[in-house]
Amino acid sequence: MYWRRTLIALATIAGKETHRYLRIWIQTLVPPAITMALYFVIFGNLIGPRIGPMEGYSYIDFIVPGIIMMAVITNAYTNVVSSFFGAKFQRHIEEIMVSPTPNAVILLGYVAGGVGRGLLIGLIVTIVSLLFTRLQIHSIPVTISVVFLTSVLFSLGGFINGVFARKFDDISIVPTFILTPLTYLGGVFYSVSMLPDFWRGVSLLNPILYMVDAFRYGILGTSDINIWLAYVLILGFIALLGGFSLWLLERGIGLRG
Amino acid sequence: MKALTLRNLSKTYKGGVTALRQVNLDVEQGDFFGLLGPNGAGKSTIIGIVSSLVTRSGGDVRVMGYDLDTQPWEAKGLLGLVPQEFNFNHFETVEQVVLNQAGYYGMPRRQARERLERFLRELSLWEKRRAVSRTLSGGMKRRLMIARALIHGPRLLILDEPTAGVDIEVRRSMWQFLRKINQDDGVTIILTTHYLEEAESLCRNIAIIDEGRIIENTDTQSLLDRLSAQAFILDTAAPMTAAPALEGFRVEQLSAKQLEVEVRKEQTLSALFAALQRVGIEVTSMKNKSNRLEELFIRLVEQNDGIDPGP
Repeated sequence: MYWRRTLIALATIAGKETHRYLRIWIQTLVPPAITMALYFVIFGNLIGPRIGPMEGYSYIDFIVPGIIMMAVITNAYTNVVSSFFGAKFQRHIEEIMVSPTPNAVILLGYVAGGVGRGLLIGLIVTIVSLLFTRLQIHSIPVTISVVFLTSVLFSLGGFINGVFARKFDDISIVPTFILTPLTYLGGVFYSVSMLPDFWRGVSLLNPILYMVDAFRYGILGTSDINIWLAYVLILGFIALLGGFSLWLLERGIGLRG
Repeated sequence: MKALTLRNLSKTYKGGVTALRQVNLDVEQGDFFGLLGPNGAGKSTIIGIVSSLVTRSGGDVRVMGYDLDTQPWEAKGLLGLVPQEFNFNHFETVEQVVLNQAGYYGMPRRQARERLERFLRELSLWEKRRAVSRTLSGGMKRRLMIARALIHGPRLLILDEPTAGVDIEVRRSMWQFLRKINQDDGVTIILTTHYLEEAESLCRNIAIIDEGRIIENTDTQSLLDRLSAQAFILDTAAPMTAAPALEGFRVEQLSAKQLEVEVRKEQTLSALFAALQRVGIEVTSMKNKSNRLEELFIRLVEQNDGIDPGP
């Protein structure tokens, strides 16, 4: 009985979150498709042939996995931070807080929304990429597991940001000043093996590099980093951010007076 | 078993403001209970703590005998809250707001839909079920929050200023609905309100809180019985040049055709009219000067102002 009720609560939050981003599809689903299509046109079709092959692949083939991952990361994060902060701002988060829904279920529900949007955007961008290149997947299990775990990780990041955010500016600071630079410098458009040793070392401190490279390995079969190290890092960060999110909910930080 | 038990409830906010000082309160099952107090007295803090929206500094809360900390599923599942501020998703439709709330309590969708229809019809919202909630009028929004609070079948319903800002007609229909769920369904109701007429009309028992302490907790009638006098405003048929001398009554002239008369507890209205007749004054209409409970409320709060609240 307890589990049934808990599952209904989880399905309600996840369903509500999914309904939210589908209802405003013109704000959530269309812009990334257009932006990423422009990346493919400019970097893939116009500039790409002048750059030449990278790691043995045409430039557009090389950047497709990174661009998909960039869209997934941004959208998983943005979905949760916007939705959770919106719920705090309008105070309808109180609907859930007064209910017996366990904190883990609240967290899972919001993360499910972020993962759902991240993966849907990933699928849309993949379909758009097929207009510009042929995509052959080297390893389906690696591709799917990496994109799924990465969207979980960034949904958790968005949740924590949402908990601490007090005003609308606070939900755009992390995506603008941290997430976007780290993603661009995470090997989306180039291979880190091209960089001088110092900058290569610096790049290896960027966790997004491991996710982008692991995903690229899943699609192309080539990577600058050890794929297992990428899994360890992603799972480690998920455990860390997940535990921290639950602690925040338990203490009511940013939520209870 | 009590519907609500508070023991040594205390709350000090981060800035050092003490909102509650060792509050003890019992609310019987089936009661219609009023929690009154001036602004900042601690009413909303109590409600916030009971409904898990505010973290308490100390004390225990039990809902229908279930401990809020150790048996949260049971305790929270038996509680419904109608907050002071509109706190639903303004982009969702009326039915989405209510059905989602049922979902958070683990209620299957089919059962939730049946209950949804019942409450939306009873609260005259059924025709608006597909309307986006932000488009509703203020009264409808209040009723939506009541439907939402009842969807999971709570045994204790807490309403924080439920009729604030609604017109008299809507207020009366809400009173009628609340009386019905209290009497017919046996739902215990705790109400905070600024309309003391509302508390006097609806509540069987009343607690008055001031500066974080319960300063009175008794049944409404006993509270009203404590009033030693009531003031009445009388409109007279003919103008008067001065206040007439009515034996045994304190009289004040408010205008040429209006008097204020104080009737003490041991006096009767018949005696007042007899005295008026003796001096030849014809009365065309009469009303209470103010709400009786309001007088008592002000008196109790004023008395409490003289007490050192302590640390």
